[in-house]
Amino acid sequence: MSTARKRRANGALRGLAAYHGAGIIIALFFLAPLAITFLASFRHGTEARQPALPPWPTNGFSLDSYRSLDTFGAGIWQHTLNSLAVSLATVVLTVAVSLLAGYGFSRYRFPLKNVLFVLVIATLMIPFQSILTPLFIILAKLGLSNSLIGLTLVYVTLQLPFSVFMMRNAFDAVPKEIEEAARIDGARDLRLLIRVLLPLVLPGVATVAIFAFLNAWNEFLAALVLLSSNEKYTLPVLMMAVRAGRLGAINWGAVQAGVAVMTIPCLIVFLALQRYYMRGLMAGAVK
Amino acid sequence: MTGAGRKQQSFSRKRRRRSQWRGLLYIVPAMALVIVFFVVPVIFTGWMSLHNWPLMGTQRWIGFNNYFRMFNDSRFMSALNFTAYYTVIVTIAIFAIAFPLATFVERQRRFVSTYRTIIFLPVVIGLATASLLWVWLANVDSGFIGPALKALGLVERSPNLLASFDSAFLTIIVMVVWKIAGFTMIILLTGLQAIPAELTEAARIDGASRWQRFRYLTLPLMRRTIALALIISVTGSILAFDQFYIMTSGGPQNRMISVVYYIFNQSFVSFNLGYGAALSIALLIILVLISIAQLRLLKVGEERP
Repeated sequence: MSTARKRRANGALRGLAAYHGAGIIIALFFLAPLAITFLASFRHGTEARQPALPPWPTNGFSLDSYRSLDTFGAGIWQHTLNSLAVSLATVVLTVAVSLLAGYGFSRYRFPLKNVLFVLVIATLMIPFQSILTPLFIILAKLGLSNSLIGLTLVYVTLQLPFSVFMMRNAFDAVPKEIEEAARIDGARDLRLLIRVLLPLVLPGVATVAIFAFLNAWNEFLAALVLLSSNEKYTLPVLMMAVRAGRLGAINWGAVQAGVAVMTIPCLIVFLALQRYYMRGLMAGAVK
Repeated sequence: MTGAGRKQQSFSRKRRRRSQWRGLLYIVPAMALVIVFFVVPVIFTGWMSLHNWPLMGTQRWIGFNNYFRMFNDSRFMSALNFTAYYTVIVTIAIFAIAFPLATFVERQRRFVSTYRTIIFLPVVIGLATASLLWVWLANVDSGFIGPALKALGLVERSPNLLASFDSAFLTIIVMVVWKIAGFTMIILLTGLQAIPAELTEAARIDGASRWQRFRYLTLPLMRRTIALALIISVTGSILAFDQFYIMTSGGPQNRMISVVYYIFNQSFVSFNLGYGAALSIALLIILVLISIAQLRLLKVGEERP
Protein backbone atom coordinates (compact mmCIF):
# COMPACT_ATOMS: atom_id res chain seq x y z
CA MET A 1 0.00 0.00 0.00
CA SER A 2 2.63 2.46 1.03
CA THR A 3 4.91 1.39 -1.84
CA ALA A 4 2.01 1.81 -4.26
CA ARG A 5 1.43 5.29 -2.95
CA LYS A 6 5.11 6.03 -3.17
CA ARG A 7 5.19 4.77 -6.73
CA ARG A 8 2.21 6.92 -7.64
CA ALA A 9 3.82 9.94 -6.03
CA ASN A 10 6.99 9.19 -7.97
CA GLY A 11 5.00 8.97 -11.19
CA ALA A 12 3.31 12.28 -10.51
CA LEU A 13 6.65 13.84 -9.75
CA ARG A 14 8.13 12.49 -12.94
CA GLY A 15 5.11 13.79 -14.88
CA LEU A 16 5.59 17.19 -13.33
CA ALA A 17 9.29 17.18 -14.17
CA ALA A 18 8.54 16.16 -17.76
CA TYR A 19 5.93 18.88 -18.03
CA HIS A 20 8.16 21.65 -16.81
CA GLY A 21 11.15 20.28 -18.71
CA ALA A 22 9.14 20.57 -21.91
CA GLY A 23 7.87 23.97 -20.77
CA ILE A 24 11.36 25.32 -20.28
CA ILE A 25 12.51 24.11 -23.70
CA ILE A 26 9.45 25.67 -25.35
CA ALA A 27 9.93 28.92 -23.45
CA LEU A 28 13.59 28.99 -24.51
CA PHE A 29 12.68 28.64 -28.18
CA PHE A 30 10.27 31.57 -28.01
CA LEU A 31 12.41 33.73 -25.79
CA ALA A 32 15.89 33.05 -27.17
CA PRO A 33 15.78 35.10 -30.41
CA LEU A 34 14.71 38.20 -28.47
CA ALA A 35 17.16 37.61 -25.63
CA ILE A 36 20.07 36.93 -28.00
CA THR A 37 19.38 40.13 -29.94
CA PHE A 38 19.10 42.31 -26.83
CA LEU A 39 22.32 40.91 -25.41
CA ALA A 40 24.16 41.12 -28.71
CA SER A 41 23.13 44.76 -29.19
CA PHE A 42 25.34 45.68 -26.23
CA ARG A 43 28.47 44.11 -27.64
CA HIS A 44 31.47 46.20 -28.55
CA GLY A 45 31.46 47.76 -32.02
CA THR A 46 34.35 45.59 -33.16
CA GLU A 47 32.37 42.48 -32.31
CA ALA A 48 29.41 43.38 -34.48
CA ARG A 49 30.76 41.47 -37.47
CA GLN A 50 31.73 38.42 -35.45
CA PRO A 51 29.28 35.56 -35.04
CA ALA A 52 27.12 35.95 -31.96
CA LEU A 53 28.89 33.24 -30.00
CA PRO A 54 28.48 33.85 -27.15
CA PRO A 55 25.74 36.41 -27.79
CA TRP A 56 26.49 38.48 -24.70
CA PRO A 57 29.18 41.20 -24.56
CA THR A 58 32.59 39.71 -23.84
CA ASN A 59 34.63 42.90 -24.22
CA GLY A 60 32.51 44.87 -21.83
CA PHE A 61 29.15 46.53 -22.13
CA SER A 62 28.98 49.10 -24.93
CA LEU A 63 26.45 51.28 -26.73
CA ASP A 64 28.37 51.25 -30.02
CA SER A 65 25.53 49.52 -31.86
CA TYR A 66 23.09 52.22 -30.83
CA ARG A 67 25.58 54.92 -31.83
CA SER A 68 26.00 53.44 -35.28
CA LEU A 69 22.22 53.07 -35.59
CA ASP A 70 22.06 56.80 -34.94
CA THR A 71 24.13 57.52 -38.06
CA PHE A 72 21.37 56.27 -40.37
CA GLY A 73 18.66 58.49 -41.78
CA ALA A 74 17.93 61.55 -39.68
CA GLY A 75 19.13 59.99 -36.45
CA ILE A 76 17.42 57.42 -34.29
CA TRP A 77 15.69 60.01 -32.08
CA GLN A 78 13.96 61.59 -35.04
CA HIS A 79 12.65 58.27 -36.32
CA THR A 80 11.63 57.02 -32.90
CA LEU A 81 9.79 60.30 -32.48
CA ASN A 82 8.08 59.82 -35.86
CA SER A 83 6.98 56.33 -34.90
CA LEU A 84 5.82 57.49 -31.49
CA ALA A 85 3.91 60.45 -32.91
CA VAL A 86 2.14 58.32 -35.49
CA SER A 87 1.32 55.58 -32.98
CA LEU A 88 0.09 57.89 -30.22
CA ALA A 89 -1.94 60.00 -32.64
CA THR A 90 -3.45 56.78 -34.01
CA VAL A 91 -4.36 55.74 -30.48
CA VAL A 92 -5.99 59.07 -29.60
CA LEU A 93 -7.92 59.39 -32.86
CA THR A 94 -8.99 55.75 -32.92
CA VAL A 95 -10.27 55.97 -29.36
CA ALA A 96 -12.12 59.24 -30.01
CA VAL A 97 -13.69 58.17 -33.29
CA SER A 98 -14.66 54.67 -32.17
CA LEU A 99 -15.96 55.93 -28.83
CA LEU A 100 -18.37 58.26 -30.62
CA ALA A 101 -19.31 55.68 -33.24
CA GLY A 102 -19.74 52.90 -30.69
CA TYR A 103 -22.02 55.13 -28.65
CA GLY A 104 -24.02 56.15 -31.70
CA PHE A 105 -24.45 52.58 -32.91
CA SER A 106 -25.31 51.28 -29.46
CA ARG A 107 -27.73 53.93 -28.19
CA TYR A 108 -29.45 55.60 -31.13
CA ARG A 109 -31.72 54.43 -33.88
CA PHE A 110 -31.33 56.20 -37.17
CA PRO A 111 -31.92 55.44 -40.82
CA LEU A 112 -29.48 53.01 -42.46
CA LYS A 113 -27.94 52.22 -39.10
CA ASN A 114 -27.40 48.53 -39.78
CA VAL A 115 -26.19 49.10 -43.32
CA LEU A 116 -23.59 51.58 -42.10
CA PHE A 117 -22.47 49.27 -39.29
CA VAL A 118 -22.03 46.39 -41.72
CA LEU A 119 -20.13 48.72 -44.05
CA VAL A 120 -17.64 49.55 -41.31
CA ILE A 121 -17.18 45.89 -40.35
CA ALA A 122 -17.04 44.74 -43.97
CA THR A 123 -13.86 46.71 -44.59
CA LEU A 124 -12.19 43.91 -42.63
CA MET A 125 -12.75 41.65 -45.61
CA ILE A 126 -10.85 43.89 -47.99
CA PRO A 127 -7.08 43.87 -47.65
CA PHE A 128 -5.64 47.37 -47.45
CA GLN A 129 -2.69 46.07 -49.45
CA SER A 130 -4.92 46.20 -52.51
CA ILE A 131 -5.84 49.89 -52.21
CA LEU A 132 -2.45 51.45 -51.56
CA THR A 133 -2.16 53.21 -54.93
CA PRO A 134 -5.47 55.09 -54.61
CA LEU A 135 -4.63 55.90 -51.00
CA PHE A 136 -1.39 57.41 -52.23
CA ILE A 137 -3.23 59.48 -54.84
CA ILE A 138 -6.04 60.57 -52.49
CA LEU A 139 -3.56 61.64 -49.82
CA ALA A 140 -1.70 63.66 -52.46
CA LYS A 141 -4.98 65.35 -53.48
CA LEU A 142 -5.63 66.22 -49.83
CA GLY A 143 -2.16 67.74 -49.58
CA LEU A 144 -1.10 64.92 -47.24
CA SER A 145 1.40 63.10 -49.40
CA ASN A 146 4.57 62.11 -47.56
CA SER A 147 3.04 63.24 -44.29
CA LEU A 148 2.79 61.54 -40.93
CA ILE A 149 -0.73 62.94 -40.54
CA GLY A 150 -1.84 61.19 -43.72
CA LEU A 151 -0.28 57.94 -42.55
CA THR A 152 -2.03 58.32 -39.19
CA LEU A 153 -5.42 58.79 -40.84
CA VAL A 154 -4.89 55.61 -42.85
CA TYR A 155 -3.93 53.70 -39.71
CA VAL A 156 -6.99 55.00 -37.85
CA THR A 157 -9.23 53.83 -40.69
CA LEU A 158 -7.63 50.39 -40.61
CA GLN A 159 -8.32 50.17 -36.87
CA LEU A 160 -11.97 51.18 -37.14
CA PRO A 161 -13.76 47.88 -37.85
CA PHE A 162 -12.31 46.19 -34.78
CA SER A 163 -12.53 49.31 -32.59
CA VAL A 164 -16.10 50.30 -33.48
CA PHE A 165 -17.17 46.71 -32.91
CA MET A 166 -15.44 46.62 -29.52
CA MET A 167 -16.87 49.95 -28.40
CA ARG A 168 -20.40 49.13 -29.48
CA ASN A 169 -20.22 45.96 -27.42
CA ALA A 170 -18.83 47.91 -24.48
CA PHE A 171 -21.72 50.39 -24.60
CA ASP A 172 -24.24 47.59 -25.07
CA ALA A 173 -23.05 46.15 -21.76
CA VAL A 174 -23.76 49.38 -19.84
CA PRO A 175 -27.28 49.35 -18.32
CA LYS A 176 -29.56 52.02 -19.79
CA GLU A 177 -30.73 53.00 -16.29
CA ILE A 178 -27.39 54.63 -15.52
CA GLU A 179 -27.77 56.87 -18.50
CA GLU A 180 -31.34 57.76 -17.63
CA ALA A 181 -30.36 58.63 -14.09
CA ALA A 182 -27.57 60.85 -15.37
CA ARG A 183 -29.96 62.48 -17.84
CA ILE A 184 -32.33 63.33 -15.04
CA ASP A 185 -29.41 64.90 -13.22
CA GLY A 186 -28.98 67.13 -16.23
CA ALA A 187 -26.04 65.57 -18.01
CA ARG A 188 -26.47 65.61 -21.79
CA ASP A 189 -24.74 64.44 -24.92
CA LEU A 190 -20.97 64.76 -24.91
CA ARG A 191 -20.87 65.63 -21.23
CA LEU A 192 -22.91 62.55 -20.44
CA LEU A 193 -20.68 60.45 -22.66
CA ILE A 194 -17.42 61.69 -21.17
CA ARG A 195 -18.33 62.19 -17.51
CA VAL A 196 -20.68 59.28 -16.93
CA LEU A 197 -20.19 56.62 -19.59
CA LEU A 198 -16.50 56.82 -20.38
CA PRO A 199 -15.42 55.46 -16.97
CA LEU A 200 -17.77 52.52 -17.50
CA VAL A 201 -16.36 51.57 -20.90
CA LEU A 202 -12.74 52.21 -19.96
CA PRO A 203 -11.72 48.53 -20.28
CA GLY A 204 -12.96 48.56 -23.88
CA VAL A 205 -11.07 51.79 -24.50
CA ALA A 206 -7.89 50.17 -23.15
CA THR A 207 -8.29 47.24 -25.53
CA VAL A 208 -8.88 49.52 -28.51
CA ALA A 209 -5.90 51.69 -27.55
CA ILE A 210 -3.47 48.76 -27.20
CA PHE A 211 -4.33 47.30 -30.58
CA ALA A 212 -4.16 50.73 -32.22
CA PHE A 213 -0.73 51.38 -30.72
CA LEU A 214 0.81 48.02 -31.60
CA ASN A 215 -0.56 47.96 -35.14
CA ALA A 216 0.52 51.52 -35.91
CA TRP A 217 3.96 51.04 -34.32
CA ASN A 218 4.62 47.82 -36.23
CA GLU A 219 3.08 48.59 -39.63
CA PHE A 220 5.54 48.45 -42.50
CA LEU A 221 4.09 48.30 -46.02
CA ALA A 222 1.83 51.37 -45.91
CA ALA A 223 4.59 53.42 -44.30
CA LEU A 224 7.03 52.23 -46.96
CA VAL A 225 4.67 53.30 -49.74
CA LEU A 226 3.21 56.51 -48.30
CA LEU A 227 6.35 58.11 -46.85
CA SER A 228 8.91 59.27 -49.38
CA SER A 229 11.38 61.52 -47.63
CA ASN A 230 14.08 60.40 -45.32
CA GLU A 231 13.29 62.51 -42.26
CA LYS A 232 9.65 61.31 -42.20
CA TYR A 233 10.44 57.60 -42.01
CA THR A 234 9.01 55.58 -39.18
CA LEU A 235 11.32 53.02 -37.56
CA PRO A 236 10.49 49.98 -39.74
CA VAL A 237 11.12 52.01 -42.92
CA LEU A 238 14.34 53.45 -41.52
CA MET A 239 15.51 49.92 -40.81
CA MET A 240 15.42 49.14 -44.53
CA ALA A 241 18.33 51.53 -44.98
CA VAL A 242 20.17 49.78 -42.17
CA ARG A 243 19.33 46.39 -43.68
CA ALA A 244 20.62 47.52 -47.08
CA GLY A 245 23.94 48.51 -45.51
CA ARG A 246 26.63 50.82 -46.77
CA LEU A 247 29.13 49.96 -49.49
CA GLY A 248 27.89 46.41 -49.47
CA ALA A 249 28.57 45.90 -45.77
CA ILE A 250 25.72 45.59 -43.31
CA ASN A 251 26.29 46.83 -39.77
CA TRP A 252 24.66 44.02 -37.85
CA GLY A 253 25.14 45.83 -34.58
CA ALA A 254 22.86 48.59 -35.85
CA VAL A 255 20.33 45.97 -36.95
CA GLN A 256 20.30 44.46 -33.45
CA ALA A 257 19.96 47.88 -31.85
CA GLY A 258 17.11 48.75 -34.22
CA VAL A 259 15.30 45.51 -33.41
CA ALA A 260 15.69 46.30 -29.71
CA VAL A 261 14.32 49.83 -30.13
CA MET A 262 11.33 48.56 -32.10
CA THR A 263 10.61 45.64 -29.79
CA ILE A 264 10.82 47.14 -26.32
CA PRO A 265 7.77 49.47 -26.48
CA CYS A 266 5.64 46.56 -27.74
CA LEU A 267 6.77 44.31 -24.92
CA ILE A 268 6.19 47.01 -22.29
CA VAL A 269 2.69 47.81 -23.56
CA PHE A 270 1.80 44.14 -23.79
CA LEU A 271 3.17 43.09 -20.41
CA ALA A 272 1.65 46.09 -18.62
CA LEU A 273 -1.80 45.72 -20.20
CA GLN A 274 -1.89 42.01 -20.97
CA ARG A 275 -5.35 41.57 -19.49
CA TYR A 276 -6.95 44.06 -21.88
CA TYR A 277 -5.01 42.73 -24.83
CA MET A 278 -6.24 39.19 -24.22
CA ARG A 279 -9.79 40.45 -23.77
CA GLY A 280 -9.68 41.96 -27.23
CA LEU A 281 -8.29 38.77 -28.67
CA MET A 282 -10.97 36.66 -27.03
CA ALA A 283 -13.72 39.03 -28.16
CA GLY A 284 -12.43 38.65 -31.69
CA ALA A 285 -12.18 34.88 -31.35
CA VAL A 286 -15.61 34.31 -29.87
CA LYS A 287 -17.62 36.58 -32.13
CA MET B 1 -43.44 60.13 -20.51
CA THR B 2 -46.10 58.05 -18.79
CA GLY B 3 -49.24 59.92 -17.79
CA ALA B 4 -47.97 63.20 -19.11
CA GLY B 5 -50.06 65.80 -20.87
CA ARG B 6 -50.47 65.78 -24.61
CA LYS B 7 -48.19 68.74 -24.99
CA GLN B 8 -45.35 67.04 -23.23
CA GLN B 9 -45.86 63.84 -25.16
CA SER B 10 -45.51 65.55 -28.50
CA PHE B 11 -42.50 67.38 -27.16
CA SER B 12 -40.83 64.15 -26.18
CA ARG B 13 -41.61 62.56 -29.53
CA LYS B 14 -40.05 65.47 -31.31
CA ARG B 15 -37.05 65.20 -29.08
CA ARG B 16 -36.71 61.55 -29.84
CA ARG B 17 -36.84 62.19 -33.57
CA ARG B 18 -34.19 64.85 -33.23
CA SER B 19 -32.05 62.56 -31.13
CA GLN B 20 -32.23 59.93 -33.88
CA TRP B 21 -30.41 62.30 -36.17
CA ARG B 22 -28.03 63.06 -33.37
CA GLY B 23 -27.09 59.37 -33.45
CA LEU B 24 -26.01 59.86 -37.04
CA LEU B 25 -23.88 62.76 -35.88
CA TYR B 26 -21.93 60.47 -33.55
CA ILE B 27 -20.93 58.13 -36.34
CA VAL B 28 -20.03 60.85 -38.86
CA PRO B 29 -16.27 60.88 -38.10
CA ALA B 30 -16.02 57.11 -38.43
CA MET B 31 -18.06 57.05 -41.62
CA ALA B 32 -16.07 59.92 -43.13
CA LEU B 33 -12.80 58.04 -42.56
CA VAL B 34 -14.17 54.76 -43.88
CA ILE B 35 -15.57 56.43 -46.99
CA VAL B 36 -12.55 58.59 -47.80
CA PHE B 37 -9.87 56.03 -46.98
CA PHE B 38 -11.64 52.81 -47.84
CA VAL B 39 -14.76 52.94 -49.98
CA VAL B 40 -13.48 55.56 -52.41
CA PRO B 41 -10.07 53.86 -52.79
CA VAL B 42 -11.71 50.52 -53.54
CA ILE B 43 -13.88 52.07 -56.27
CA PHE B 44 -10.90 54.05 -57.50
CA THR B 45 -8.85 50.85 -57.76
CA GLY B 46 -11.52 49.35 -59.98
CA TRP B 47 -11.54 52.48 -62.15
CA MET B 48 -7.75 52.56 -62.44
CA SER B 49 -7.63 48.92 -63.40
CA LEU B 50 -9.41 49.78 -66.66
CA HIS B 51 -6.72 52.26 -67.66
CA ASN B 52 -3.17 52.41 -68.76
CA TRP B 53 -2.08 54.63 -65.90
CA PRO B 54 1.56 55.72 -65.80
CA LEU B 55 2.96 57.80 -62.97
CA MET B 56 3.54 60.81 -65.22
CA GLY B 57 1.61 61.63 -68.35
CA THR B 58 -2.02 60.94 -69.17
CA GLN B 59 -3.96 57.83 -68.42
CA ARG B 60 -5.70 56.05 -71.24
CA TRP B 61 -8.86 53.90 -71.16
CA ILE B 62 -8.02 50.37 -72.26
CA GLY B 63 -11.03 48.40 -71.05
CA PHE B 64 -10.21 44.97 -69.72
CA ASN B 65 -6.79 44.75 -71.31
CA ASN B 66 -5.05 44.81 -67.95
CA TYR B 67 -7.01 41.74 -66.95
CA PHE B 68 -6.16 39.90 -70.18
CA ARG B 69 -2.55 40.80 -69.61
CA MET B 70 -2.80 39.39 -66.10
CA PHE B 71 -3.80 35.94 -67.30
CA ASN B 72 -0.87 35.86 -69.70
CA ASP B 73 1.61 37.17 -67.16
CA SER B 74 3.74 34.19 -66.22
CA ARG B 75 5.44 36.11 -63.41
CA PHE B 76 2.08 36.88 -61.81
CA MET B 77 1.09 33.25 -62.16
CA SER B 78 4.27 32.14 -60.45
CA ALA B 79 3.63 34.72 -57.70
CA LEU B 80 0.17 33.20 -57.23
CA ASN B 81 1.70 29.74 -57.18
CA PHE B 82 4.33 30.67 -54.68
CA THR B 83 1.81 32.41 -52.43
CA ALA B 84 -0.46 29.37 -52.46
CA TYR B 85 2.49 27.07 -51.71
CA TYR B 86 3.64 29.31 -48.87
CA THR B 87 0.12 29.59 -47.46
CA VAL B 88 -0.39 25.84 -47.34
CA ILE B 89 3.01 25.04 -45.83
CA VAL B 90 3.01 27.81 -43.25
CA THR B 91 -0.55 27.09 -42.14
CA ILE B 92 0.24 23.41 -41.64
CA ALA B 93 3.41 24.34 -39.76
CA ILE B 94 1.61 26.82 -37.52
CA PHE B 95 -1.13 24.33 -36.65
CA ALA B 96 1.35 21.51 -36.09
CA ILE B 97 3.04 23.65 -33.44
CA ALA B 98 0.11 25.65 -32.07
CA PHE B 99 -2.22 22.73 -31.38
CA PRO B 100 0.18 20.85 -29.09
CA LEU B 101 1.06 24.16 -27.47
CA ALA B 102 -2.61 24.87 -26.79
CA THR B 103 -3.10 21.51 -25.09
CA PHE B 104 0.14 22.12 -23.21
CA VAL B 105 -0.94 25.45 -21.75
CA GLU B 106 -4.51 24.33 -21.12
CA ARG B 107 -3.52 22.30 -18.04
CA GLN B 108 -3.94 23.75 -14.62
CA ARG B 109 -0.34 23.70 -13.49
CA ARG B 110 1.97 26.11 -11.84
CA PHE B 111 3.74 28.58 -14.12
CA VAL B 112 1.36 27.80 -16.95
CA SER B 113 0.44 31.45 -17.35
CA THR B 114 4.14 32.30 -17.53
CA TYR B 115 4.54 29.81 -20.38
CA ARG B 116 1.54 31.32 -22.12
CA THR B 117 2.93 34.82 -21.84
CA ILE B 118 6.40 33.82 -23.09
CA ILE B 119 5.00 31.90 -26.06
CA PHE B 120 2.83 34.90 -26.88
CA LEU B 121 5.60 37.52 -26.70
CA PRO B 122 6.69 37.32 -30.37
CA VAL B 123 3.08 37.97 -31.44
CA VAL B 124 3.14 41.55 -30.21
CA ILE B 125 6.30 42.59 -32.02
CA GLY B 126 5.98 43.56 -35.67
CA LEU B 127 6.42 41.16 -38.56
CA ALA B 128 8.96 43.58 -40.04
CA THR B 129 10.87 43.59 -36.73
CA ALA B 130 10.77 39.81 -36.54
CA SER B 131 12.01 39.56 -40.13
CA LEU B 132 14.95 41.85 -39.34
CA LEU B 133 15.76 39.88 -36.23
CA TRP B 134 15.80 36.58 -38.08
CA VAL B 135 17.71 37.86 -41.08
CA TRP B 136 20.48 38.61 -38.62
CA LEU B 137 20.14 35.28 -36.81
CA ALA B 138 20.36 33.49 -40.16
CA ASN B 139 23.34 35.47 -41.44
CA VAL B 140 26.20 33.24 -42.47
CA ASP B 141 29.13 35.15 -40.92
CA SER B 142 27.79 37.44 -38.24
CA GLY B 143 24.60 35.62 -37.27
CA PHE B 144 23.75 33.02 -34.68
CA ILE B 145 22.11 29.92 -36.19
CA GLY B 146 24.86 29.01 -38.65
CA PRO B 147 27.79 29.67 -36.31
CA ALA B 148 25.98 27.84 -33.49
CA LEU B 149 25.44 24.77 -35.69
CA LYS B 150 29.14 24.88 -36.54
CA ALA B 151 30.17 25.26 -32.92
CA LEU B 152 28.05 22.24 -32.02
CA GLY B 153 29.90 20.28 -34.67
CA LEU B 154 26.76 19.55 -36.69
CA VAL B 155 28.13 21.16 -39.86
CA GLU B 156 31.65 21.80 -41.07
CA ARG B 157 31.07 25.29 -42.37
CA SER B 158 28.45 27.77 -41.29
CA PRO B 159 25.64 27.40 -43.88
CA ASN B 160 24.33 30.41 -45.79
CA LEU B 161 20.71 29.81 -44.94
CA LEU B 162 19.24 32.55 -47.10
CA ALA B 163 21.18 31.67 -50.25
CA SER B 164 19.21 28.68 -51.52
CA PHE B 165 15.48 28.51 -51.99
CA ASP B 166 14.79 25.56 -49.72
CA SER B 167 16.81 26.69 -46.73
CA ALA B 168 15.63 30.30 -47.08
CA PHE B 169 12.04 29.08 -47.27
CA LEU B 170 12.55 26.90 -44.22
CA THR B 171 14.07 29.82 -42.30
CA ILE B 172 11.09 32.01 -43.14
CA ILE B 173 8.65 29.27 -42.09
CA VAL B 174 10.45 28.87 -38.75
CA MET B 175 10.43 32.65 -38.27
CA VAL B 176 6.70 32.92 -39.00
CA VAL B 177 5.87 29.97 -36.74
CA TRP B 178 7.92 31.57 -33.97
CA LYS B 179 6.07 34.84 -34.51
CA ILE B 180 2.48 33.56 -35.02
CA ALA B 181 2.15 30.24 -33.17
CA GLY B 182 1.35 31.98 -29.87
CA PHE B 183 -1.56 33.77 -31.47
CA THR B 184 -3.06 30.61 -32.96
CA MET B 185 -2.41 28.86 -29.67
CA ILE B 186 -4.54 31.38 -27.75
CA ILE B 187 -7.38 31.11 -30.28
CA LEU B 188 -7.33 27.31 -30.04
CA LEU B 189 -7.09 27.54 -26.26
CA THR B 190 -10.41 29.38 -26.09
CA GLY B 191 -11.94 26.47 -28.02
CA LEU B 192 -10.36 23.85 -25.78
CA GLN B 193 -11.53 25.60 -22.65
CA ALA B 194 -15.09 25.69 -23.95
CA ILE B 195 -15.25 21.88 -23.99
CA PRO B 196 -16.99 20.72 -20.79
CA ALA B 197 -14.60 18.73 -18.59
CA GLU B 198 -17.35 16.17 -17.83
CA LEU B 199 -17.46 15.14 -21.49
CA THR B 200 -13.76 14.27 -21.67
CA GLU B 201 -14.04 12.57 -18.28
CA ALA B 202 -17.02 10.48 -19.44
CA ALA B 203 -15.15 9.45 -22.58
CA ARG B 204 -12.13 8.48 -20.50
CA ILE B 205 -14.29 6.32 -18.23
CA ASP B 206 -15.87 4.71 -21.29
CA GLY B 207 -12.40 3.62 -22.26
CA ALA B 208 -11.72 5.97 -25.16
CA SER B 209 -8.03 6.23 -25.89
CA ARG B 210 -6.23 9.55 -25.97
CA TRP B 211 -6.31 9.62 -29.78
CA GLN B 212 -9.98 8.62 -29.89
CA ARG B 213 -10.89 11.38 -27.45
CA PHE B 214 -9.02 13.86 -29.62
CA ARG B 215 -10.45 12.60 -32.90
CA TYR B 216 -14.10 12.10 -31.91
CA LEU B 217 -14.56 14.62 -29.13
CA THR B 218 -12.08 17.48 -29.19
CA LEU B 219 -11.88 18.00 -32.95
CA PRO B 220 -15.64 18.07 -33.67
CA LEU B 221 -16.30 20.32 -30.69
CA MET B 222 -13.60 22.72 -31.79
CA ARG B 223 -14.74 23.03 -35.39
CA ARG B 224 -15.69 26.68 -35.09
CA THR B 225 -12.48 27.67 -33.36
CA ILE B 226 -10.34 25.70 -35.76
CA ALA B 227 -12.17 27.25 -38.70
CA LEU B 228 -11.54 30.70 -37.29
CA ALA B 229 -7.84 30.07 -36.63
CA LEU B 230 -7.52 28.56 -40.10
CA ILE B 231 -9.09 31.56 -41.78
CA ILE B 232 -6.92 34.03 -39.91
CA SER B 233 -3.82 32.07 -40.81
CA VAL B 234 -4.79 31.65 -44.49
CA THR B 235 -5.77 35.28 -45.11
CA GLY B 236 -2.69 36.51 -43.28
CA SER B 237 -0.41 34.26 -45.31
CA ILE B 238 -1.93 35.24 -48.64
CA LEU B 239 -1.10 38.86 -47.83
CA ALA B 240 2.48 38.05 -46.82
CA PHE B 241 4.97 40.70 -47.84
CA ASP B 242 7.30 41.88 -45.05
CA GLN B 243 9.19 38.63 -44.58
CA PHE B 244 10.01 38.19 -48.28
CA TYR B 245 10.86 41.84 -48.83
CA ILE B 246 13.07 42.13 -45.76
CA MET B 247 14.59 38.68 -45.42
CA THR B 248 15.29 37.62 -48.98
CA SER B 249 14.35 40.63 -51.18
CA GLY B 250 12.29 38.28 -53.29
CA GLY B 251 14.55 35.34 -52.75
CA PRO B 252 17.10 33.42 -54.74
CA GLN B 253 16.34 33.80 -58.48
CA ASN B 254 13.28 35.92 -57.61
CA ARG B 255 11.44 32.78 -56.59
CA MET B 256 10.00 34.30 -53.42
CA ILE B 257 7.81 37.01 -54.90
CA SER B 258 4.42 36.81 -53.21
CA VAL B 259 1.29 38.34 -54.73
CA VAL B 260 1.43 41.48 -52.60
CA TYR B 261 5.14 41.79 -53.38
CA TYR B 262 4.42 41.54 -57.11
CA ILE B 263 1.69 44.19 -56.87
CA PHE B 264 4.12 46.38 -54.93
CA ASN B 265 6.73 45.94 -57.66
CA GLN B 266 4.30 46.69 -60.47
CA SER B 267 2.76 49.72 -58.74
CA PHE B 268 5.63 51.32 -56.89
CA VAL B 269 8.79 50.11 -58.63
CA SER B 270 7.73 49.88 -62.28
CA PHE B 271 4.89 52.40 -61.82
CA ASN B 272 2.40 50.45 -63.92
CA LEU B 273 -0.36 51.83 -61.73
CA GLY B 274 -3.22 50.61 -63.92
CA TYR B 275 -1.87 47.10 -64.15
CA GLY B 276 -1.10 47.10 -60.43
CA ALA B 277 -4.72 48.08 -59.79
CA ALA B 278 -5.98 45.16 -61.88
CA LEU B 279 -3.76 42.82 -59.86
CA SER B 280 -5.10 44.40 -56.68
CA ILE B 281 -8.66 43.73 -57.77
CA ALA B 282 -7.72 40.10 -58.37
CA LEU B 283 -6.24 39.91 -54.86
CA LEU B 284 -9.29 41.61 -53.42
CA ILE B 285 -11.64 39.12 -55.10
CA ILE B 286 -9.60 36.20 -53.79
CA LEU B 287 -9.78 37.58 -50.25
CA VAL B 288 -13.51 38.33 -50.42
CA LEU B 289 -14.18 34.80 -51.68
CA ILE B 290 -12.21 33.45 -48.75
CA SER B 291 -14.17 35.65 -46.36
CA ILE B 292 -17.42 34.30 -47.77
CA ALA B 293 -16.11 30.76 -47.38
CA GLN B 294 -15.18 31.72 -43.84
CA LEU B 295 -18.73 32.77 -43.00
CA ARG B 296 -19.97 29.47 -44.44
CA LEU B 297 -17.49 27.46 -42.44
CA LEU B 298 -18.35 29.25 -39.22
CA LYS B 299 -22.05 28.68 -39.86
CA VAL B 300 -21.55 24.99 -40.45
CA GLY B 301 -19.89 24.84 -37.08
CA GLU B 302 -22.91 26.51 -35.54
CA GLU B 303 -25.44 24.10 -36.99
CA ARG B 304 -23.58 21.03 -35.84
CA PRO B 305 -21.95 21.87 -32.57
